[in-house]
Amino acid sequence: MGEPATKQPLSLEELEAAASLRTGRKHVLSILVENKTGVLTRIAGLFARRGFNIDTLTVGPTEDEQVSRVTLTVDGALHPIDQVTKQLHKLINVLKIRDLEPADTVARELALFKVSADGVQRGELMQIAEIFRGKVVDVSKRAVIIEITGTTDKIAAFEAMVRPFGLIEMMRTGEIAISRGRGET
Amino acid sequence: MRAVDAVMECLKAEGVEVVFGLPGGANLPTYDAIVSGGIRHILVRHEAGGGHAAEGYAKATGKVGVAFATSGPGATNLVTPICDAMMDSVPVVFLTGQVRTELLGTDGFQEADTIGISMPVVKHSFMIQSPPEIPRAIHEAFHLARTGRPGPVLVDIPQDLSRAEIQYEPVTDVRLPGYQPRVEGNQKQIRQAAKALASSQRPVIYAGGGVVNANASQELTEFVTSDRFPITCTLMGLGAFAAPHPQWLGMLGMHGTRAANYAMDEADLICAVGARFDDRITGKLSEFAPRAKFIHIDVDPAEISKNVPAHIPIVGDAKHVLAKLLIEYRAIAADPTRLDAWWSRIEGWRSKYPLTYEDSADSEIKPQYMIQALYEATGGEAIVTSDVGQHQMWTAQYYHFPKPRRWVNSGGLGTMGFGLPAAMGAAVGCPDQLVCCVAGDGSVQMNAQELATCSENDIPIKVFIMNNGYLGMVRQWQELFWDRRYSAVDMGRFPDFVKLAEAHGATGMRFEDKRTLVEDFKRAIATEGPVVVDVRVTREENTYPMIPAGQPAREMVG
Ligand SMILES: Cc1ncc(C[n+]2csc(CCOP(=O)(O)OP(=O)(O)O)c2C)c(N)n1
Repeated sequence: MGEPATKQPLSLEELEAAASLRTGRKHVLSILVENKTGVLTRIAGLFARRGFNIDTLTVGPTEDEQVSRVTLTVDGALHPIDQVTKQLHKLINVLKIRDLEPADTVARELALFKVSADGVQRGELMQIAEIFRGKVVDVSKRAVIIEITGTTDKIAAFEAMVRPFGLIEMMRTGEIAISRGRGET
Repeated sequence: MRAVDAVMECLKAEGVEVVFGLPGGANLPTYDAIVSGGIRHILVRHEAGGGHAAEGYAKATGKVGVAFATSGPGATNLVTPICDAMMDSVPVVFLTGQVRTELLGTDGFQEADTIGISMPVVKHSFMIQSPPEIPRAIHEAFHLARTGRPGPVLVDIPQDLSRAEIQYEPVTDVRLPGYQPRVEGNQKQIRQAAKALASSQRPVIYAGGGVVNANASQELTEFVTSDRFPITCTLMGLGAFAAPHPQWLGMLGMHGTRAANYAMDEADLICAVGARFDDRITGKLSEFAPRAKFIHIDVDPAEISKNVPAHIPIVGDAKHVLAKLLIEYRAIAADPTRLDAWWSRIEGWRSKYPLTYEDSADSEIKPQYMIQALYEATGGEAIVTSDVGQHQMWTAQYYHFPKPRRWVNSGGLGTMGFGLPAAMGAAVGCPDQLVCCVAGDGSVQMNAQELATCSENDIPIKVFIMNNGYLGMVRQWQELFWDRRYSAVDMGRFPDFVKLAEAHGATGMRFEDKRTLVEDFKRAIATEGPVVVDVRVTREENTYPMIPAGQPAREMVG
């Protein structure tokens, strides 16, 4: 019997446990899809149609060129996660879904911050960036660009720190996530 | 050979006997291939008619229906039937032409994003990008349409690709790694369900269209009658259990019987088979069957616990699961007398609230009587299609379907104009059976053009228009819930349906007298070729009983 979020048959206990569950936490769904045109539209359309909100979404190639990976985060307080995954399973081009356990997962996001920084502020900013293991990737007269990778929480914390300096622009990729250990995600 | 010739080979390999469609620029190659393709093509008058005909064919025969349309407006005309097939899980393959690849994305003449427009309402779709893909796409489309939870599948083929030369080799496998519908139910769960049923005091079996789709009527009947289980069916499930029968409670839901709805309300265990707890069944969800535990058998895992959390979910094909459930249940040898009290409660509702209406004392034809007369005139042995509205509900209530696939209607989408073309498709699929359409005077006008198709092709459907001169169901709601402020529901006096029939090459008749109605109906049925009968019924009659939308079953009125 597979787990609730794979394409294997679902077992009684798992279905029961998952029934209309609002878990109240963020879920990271790692979805393997056939690399065919329109797959992303099908996924996005499904979410829109069923009234599910996607918080973040990333898409990229995998080690197999016929297969892509979609990583998306959904708020389990707003949506019954079992319905989200079961509806996703119905898409023919979806091969596998994992609802990643936070404890068993390494999740990362990349963010770029453009912050005002003249004179004195610059040093202080650089210090903060260092604490967060960020990299200053561009410096101009009145601004710096800092690159940060990490969990969503870490990036949010960094954002809170630099906002008072004058946040000109911020870009985030959305999370990608991989399961710990030897097994495949 | 050309890709389109390969398409014909694929269709034949899939056992396709007939296609409903209409040509245009983008599917000219397909229409060239069909000339000598060895497949019967029926030229419809409107693509929606073709789509619904393919649905009617599929619903009546259990085979996959096929409809063709050209690009742009041809394809957009198919959107309603596609959506209808999605909602009612009807296996239909739609083949649409698309503009040449060099024009794609340029707003070319008759270009529409058919894949995009239809995406939310298909089980799956294939946008052909190179000619060699075509045979596999066609086969996979059929496989997807007919297996698992059936549904519509669309294949969109650009014109230039369809005429390209390909090396055709028959495709015998499918490569759909992301599609593995589960057929066998989990044995442990089935055993648990059997145990729960054996110890329940107030069980109800609630069967839906999934039982019909799975051809599981016999298994359902054997299981239900293996004990004294009360059974009710949804609008889509009618015929899955032969009516009338001592254990049959009638249809449930908004216009179901009180016995069925009250039994659901008081049940301690509800066993849902191939049904999806639609809002027309549950009424107010929070007060639905408050004392019940639920066994939910469905081939689509996403239906389980979607609306009502299941205590014992069973993912699998109804035919397999019910057969196994019967074995498990027999092994327990439950005590049937435990249901005595339950049955006396049910019998109480039955005798107190039979399905009834006040008949006229004169010649006036009450709409309910019209259906009873049709039942009598046909001996209950017709395939009956319907449109959407009051006449549909009365047909469901008063025509007792003895077998599955005899009742063909649009339940999930509620598509007016479904009945006549669906009857046409059913008649093509079942040429030896009597096919009647109970139509609304409003609905029938939405696809009446297909009468010409019937006349041209000797498709002898009998259309019985329940003519109340109103968009009756809407009028009823305005009467009951909008202070009788009638707005845009009076259909006036036109058209003259007898002349309309005659203009389309069909026989037209008009009946206004109840006293001769059964004989008149028999005469209409005995008339060769397509017949349209304009039956003048009571103008303002309401469909009862009724659970007002959003109310619990307890609040049934009428
Ligand atoms: C295409 C479409 N448009 C509108 C409706 C809304 N609607 C539901 S029932 C109904 C009235 C149908 O009238 P008629 O066919 O005369 O049947 P009656 O209710 O009078 O038996 C309407 C307009 C619908 N179901 N389908």
